Amino acid sequence: MSEHHIRLTVNGRPFDRTVEGRLTLGDFLREELGHTGVHLACEHGVCGSCTIIMDGLAVRSCLLFAVQADGAEITTVEGVAAPDGTLSPVQQAMRDCHALQCGFCTPGVVMTLTSLTQGDEKPEEATLLKAMSGHLCRCTGYQGIRKAISKLAEGAPA
Amino acid sequence: MNGPISGAGRYVGQRILRKEDQRLLTGRGTFVDDVSVPGVLHAAFVRSQIARGRIKSVDLSEARALKGVRAVMTAADLGEFNVKLSNMHMHEQPGTPTRPLSEGYVSYVGDLIAIVVAESRYIAEDAVAMVWVEYEEEDPLITVSDAMEGPPVHPGTENNLLMQIGTPPNPDFDAIFEKAAHVVTGTVAHQRIAQSTMETRGVVSNPTGNAELTVHIGCQSPHVAAGAIALAFDMPQTKVRVIAKDVGGGFGLKAQPWREEIAAIAASLALRWPVKWIEDRFEALTSSNAARESDITLRLAFDEDAKLLALDADYNSNNGAYPHMPDAGMPIMMFLTGPYRVPAYRFRGRAWHTNTVGLGGYRAPWAIEALVRESVLDKAARQMGIDAVELRRRNLLTAAELPTRTPLGLPIDDITPIECLDQLLTKIDVAAFRAEQAEARKQGRYLGLGIASYIEPTAMVGVYPLWSDSAQIRIEATGKVIANLSTHSQGHGIETTHAQIIADHLGVPIEDVAIFQEDSTRSGFGAGAAGSRQAVIAGAAVIRASRMLVEKIKLIAAHALNANPDDITVENGQVRVAGAEEMTRSLSEIAMLSYGDVKRLPLGMEAGLETHYRYTPESMMTHATASHACVVDVDPVTGFVTIKRWISSEDCGVQINPAIVEGQIAGGVAQAIGVVLHEEYTIDERGNPTAVTFKDYHLPAISDVPTFEYTHICTPAKGEGGFRGVGEGGIIIGAPTLLNAIADAMSPFGTLPDKLPMTPTKLLELMSKESAA
Repeated sequence: MSEHHIRLTVNGRPFDRTVEGRLTLGDFLREELGHTGVHLACEHGVCGSCTIIMDGLAVRSCLLFAVQADGAEITTVEGVAAPDGTLSPVQQAMRDCHALQCGFCTPGVVMTLTSLTQGDEKPEEATLLKAMSGHLCRCTGYQGIRKAISKLAEGAPA
Repeated sequence: MNGPISGAGRYVGQRILRKEDQRLLTGRGTFVDDVSVPGVLHAAFVRSQIARGRIKSVDLSEARALKGVRAVMTAADLGEFNVKLSNMHMHEQPGTPTRPLSEGYVSYVGDLIAIVVAESRYIAEDAVAMVWVEYEEEDPLITVSDAMEGPPVHPGTENNLLMQIGTPPNPDFDAIFEKAAHVVTGTVAHQRIAQSTMETRGVVSNPTGNAELTVHIGCQSPHVAAGAIALAFDMPQTKVRVIAKDVGGGFGLKAQPWREEIAAIAASLALRWPVKWIEDRFEALTSSNAARESDITLRLAFDEDAKLLALDADYNSNNGAYPHMPDAGMPIMMFLTGPYRVPAYRFRGRAWHTNTVGLGGYRAPWAIEALVRESVLDKAARQMGIDAVELRRRNLLTAAELPTRTPLGLPIDDITPIECLDQLLTKIDVAAFRAEQAEARKQGRYLGLGIASYIEPTAMVGVYPLWSDSAQIRIEATGKVIANLSTHSQGHGIETTHAQIIADHLGVPIEDVAIFQEDSTRSGFGAGAAGSRQAVIAGAAVIRASRMLVEKIKLIAAHALNANPDDITVENGQVRVAGAEEMTRSLSEIAMLSYGDVKRLPLGMEAGLETHYRYTPESMMTHATASHACVVDVDPVTGFVTIKRWISSEDCGVQINPAIVEGQIAGGVAQAIGVVLHEEYTIDERGNPTAVTFKDYHLPAISDVPTFEYTHICTPAKGEGGFRGVGEGGIIIGAPTLLNAIADAMSPFGTLPDKLPMTPTKLLELMSKESAA
């Protein structure tokens, strides 16, 4: 078993760790760093629950090894709201639209929508809907997620 | 849809945003895998690679020697606990006992042979791969027809018939069919479904103190889980504490702890050390008890006016090797006649063992009753040349006929099937659709309209643990309200809905109310999420408990302020005296007084502001009613079904939170779409599950589910609060609605195949057969 030294930033905080080569990034973020908001639901890259933002892009932390995140800047769902707990626009839209029930797939949905609406980005509704086809939710029938997307997409009132 | 709701109070009836969402949207929930205990060990299972056979030998030596492995245990190693699993009703399972690990003989692929406990899940899985098992393989029985003919799944038993039920013999029954003007027969062969909770099963078992156990587990009721664990280990329940804060979906799968959870708990007891087992998705899709696999054939007899004379049904259910509970179709037998006028009825149901993973519950386990009834009714309409809506109108029970009883004698009192159907038809112009459909067919496009009706027996009481629910409410000295309920939420939003009710009835801001339901040692016994009961029964309990508190507040305030109790009101956290604004006190002041200034209380009054009320409905069940419609477009080139519209009209009584009601309907309908179009737990001829990832087991995605249109009827139920359940209706009614729409679209080509799901391949085959003919 190989050991690797990695340095990375998670939600703005630097970490310096030694990891086994086979440790997935999802397990590393949860078990070693305590970011239990990263939810592992299928661990083969289909359901999207474990999505995080790595160097600006939404990626699946179950399909990456921790060692691949050496030097990366990562945001997890814990790093999205303001430090005082104020929800981000994506989180607020999801809350306003009842876009979650059990909340297990939710962190992944938040991260994908966050990655596509960074800064002043207002993608078309179709773009956001297409991105959501990579997320599985068993509770909501996606109705609230659709509504939240309409609020976040281009043409929605700012 | 945002219009006034019957029974709307300040909070009840409003689309209040959920209290749960702040933590869940920010990744601060506490799901079972988020619980860590110092030094916790991780479990993984050695599972059978064959569906049936004798274990010749198990070599654990290499696995046990692996660095980081604490123990590898077989059934013999756990034998001292003599663990036997009970069913959901806490009864001993009939027939062969269900034990956490199998000994000497395996009965399905994934059957449990040994548990590995190691310092990490990675090491535990390494060790699993080092266990050598030699089998003497036998031919497995996979289907019900295999089971009818084959040797017993469980050696030492007579045959594979686990249970059989039926209606009492009626010597005149067959004559009804012989004399009927029309007889229509249809079959639904329901595929096996994987419940697919997004959070898999899991447990953290921590032996503490003097033979005590603290168990964190994904469950649907901490009380039921604690009871089942105590029973399995023959421990007093006083020694078991079950905690479950956030649970990522239950749907029936987590109604009771099963073999894996119990094995992990046994390992923790044997080692006297905390053990965690978190199911992975491969295990969930292959070894979690699965649902639904069954077939039902229904015969309908009609008179010359297309009025129903009799229903005759034969049901067979694949129970697998170790079902959560034997299923011979008892609730199907009870509810198959639905909201219809049925003079005569016959039902036979049988449960069969096979060499597959056991049967488990899934949202409305009896849902096939509506699926077969509504689809055969549509077939009858086509066969008799009557409009499907007209056929229903002639046979649905009307308000004038209520209350009545089903052919089995079950009460039906305040259902609204005609009202729901009428409301539904205000939203869809059937005549215009038929014209559009005819035009489309000329152009080679196949549109279909499906409509279905049902009633749902919610909040059933009378069978353990489906009894009463309790609310313990206390107003703290700060004026803030804490309620411990016997409920449990896996996404139901009870921290919001029940806070809405309490806030209204106590007269406090909703922000001041906190609901707790995660600990089996707090609140009181309750079945949790089972049978669409929590709004109906626990909702009523919180109303009664709140009222008792308000009465006490009035007495205290009247005594302290020298006023008349009838002049006291509590509004927005303030205690007011009518006509004396200057005497207004905050609830906190009155609470302080009640806890600490006992001399100012009425003589002999108990201190404090704490109440407990346990409610049980007077009716055995509280009916919800609905009709749904959907429009589909079946592509003749690809065979794909596109759902163009979906409209619901449901009556769940007084709605606590319409957004949460609609969320329940939507989630259920999406699961129904999965049942009819996408999902299938497939098994090969040697018993191997073959849909083992979410790439092979197709859950509906956002692109498969249209935007739903909801309409509501709100007929208050007779129970306290007027609530009716809404948790299971969407999946019950959704499946026949969609199936009927596809059957309508495909009617130029003939009859749909019996076996679900209606995949593009099956529909293309149907279309090509007929065009060839």
